[in-house]
Amino acid sequence: MTAFALPMASYTEKFVPPTISDLHLPDIFPWMADYGTGFGKQMLLVLLSVVLITWFFMAAIRKAKLVPGRVQFVAEGFYSFARNTVGRDIMGEKNFRPWVPLLFATFVFLLLNNLFGAIPLLQIPSFSHAGSAYAMALIIYLVWIGVGVQKHGLRYFKLAVVPTGVPGWILPLLVPLEIISNFIVRPLTHSLRLMATMLAGHMIVALAGTGARYLIVVQDSLLLNATGVAVIAGSVAMYFLELLIMILQAFVFTLLTAIYIQGSLDADSH
Amino acid sequence: MITAEVILASGGGNPLIPNVWEILVTGVAFAVLLFVVTKFIAPTFEKSYTDRVEAIEGGIEKAEAAQNEANALLEQYRAQLMEARTEANGIRESARAEGAQILADLKEKAAEESARITAQAHGQIESERVAAIASLHAEVGTLATQLAGKIVGEALEDDARSNRVVERFLADLENQQNAGVSN
Repeated sequence: MTAFALPMASYTEKFVPPTISDLHLPDIFPWMADYGTGFGKQMLLVLLSVVLITWFFMAAIRKAKLVPGRVQFVAEGFYSFARNTVGRDIMGEKNFRPWVPLLFATFVFLLLNNLFGAIPLLQIPSFSHAGSAYAMALIIYLVWIGVGVQKHGLRYFKLAVVPTGVPGWILPLLVPLEIISNFIVRPLTHSLRLMATMLAGHMIVALAGTGARYLIVVQDSLLLNATGVAVIAGSVAMYFLELLIMILQAFVFTLLTAIYIQGSLDADSH
Repeated sequence: MITAEVILASGGGNPLIPNVWEILVTGVAFAVLLFVVTKFIAPTFEKSYTDRVEAIEGGIEKAEAAQNEANALLEQYRAQLMEARTEANGIRESARAEGAQILADLKEKAAEESARITAQAHGQIESERVAAIASLHAEVGTLATQLAGKIVGEALEDDARSNRVVERFLADLENQQNAGVSN
């Protein structure tokens, strides 16, 4: 899309690709303040997601019946996905029950916030902002370390970084690698995977928007205007791809949460 | 292509540097959500799962009980039917045997009756014969004596002698008759 747009930039006005800053809207409170100085749209959406999720699920369970109605059926679908597909299948019948609320809350929280990026006007996936992704990964990071220490005491850190069944002379090499991999890289990848996929999806939307505007509004050539329409058509396909990625990333983040906690619980069995 | 220079040149921020307020808001928001889920939503879903499992398993148990009961009844009816058939066969057999017995009795009784009648008839005939012989005995003797007296005259007045002659004659007659019968 940029390949179409950039060479034409010399005609009337230069094509300016959207930047990260363009995705950082001015804050709401104080009104139109610089991004980062006050309360912004992204934060509003995060709070809105909690309200929406609470409202939907409380409404679904208020008249919970043995034979579920339509709303209850959908709500139970989300719950049993987090409970059975993620929790029980990863953590096993023995361990999963206490963790179902955390996994379910994580999944629906991420899912709705990601899907905000696909809803016109809202149109910003909350986790395309690094702060939110760091916050979630940090919470999970603290949880699985806490679980390990609670279950195995301080011995947990030894269990987590010293692999069993390897010759002693290789340990000086492996232990630093395990420390880096488990305690530094793991939370970073956990957060950045989510942030990067959401940001990329959001950038593509912004790029398709500015590119199509440039081709249709600024350019005089009918042919180039037509390619602008092609860009819009292409962005529709991208929209559905993004939709898939939004759902997938919410699932992946929750799945990894379950795997990390399970790893801490079973730290002594490998 | 969009390169790092393009982004930086057009004033793009570093996407890895977080807005601290967003960390805070997200953390608090998630904590609230987790509280609501743990306190209200998850327990309700778990409870409805349990209830549903119980309802389904209870239904299955009830259906199994009904099935067992139906099977028991079927067994019972089959047994009763079998019993009734056996009984009917028994009745039929005994009726047949009884009929045969009655028939045999009747045949025996008829044979006895006919034998009795035959014997009675024989007896009567015999006694009549004996009576006839006795009466003939007397009459033939008298008639023959009269006849012979008339023929021979006075010579035969002596009863004793004539009686001996008659007796001998009758004995001869009897012997002849017996020889005739035995022939």
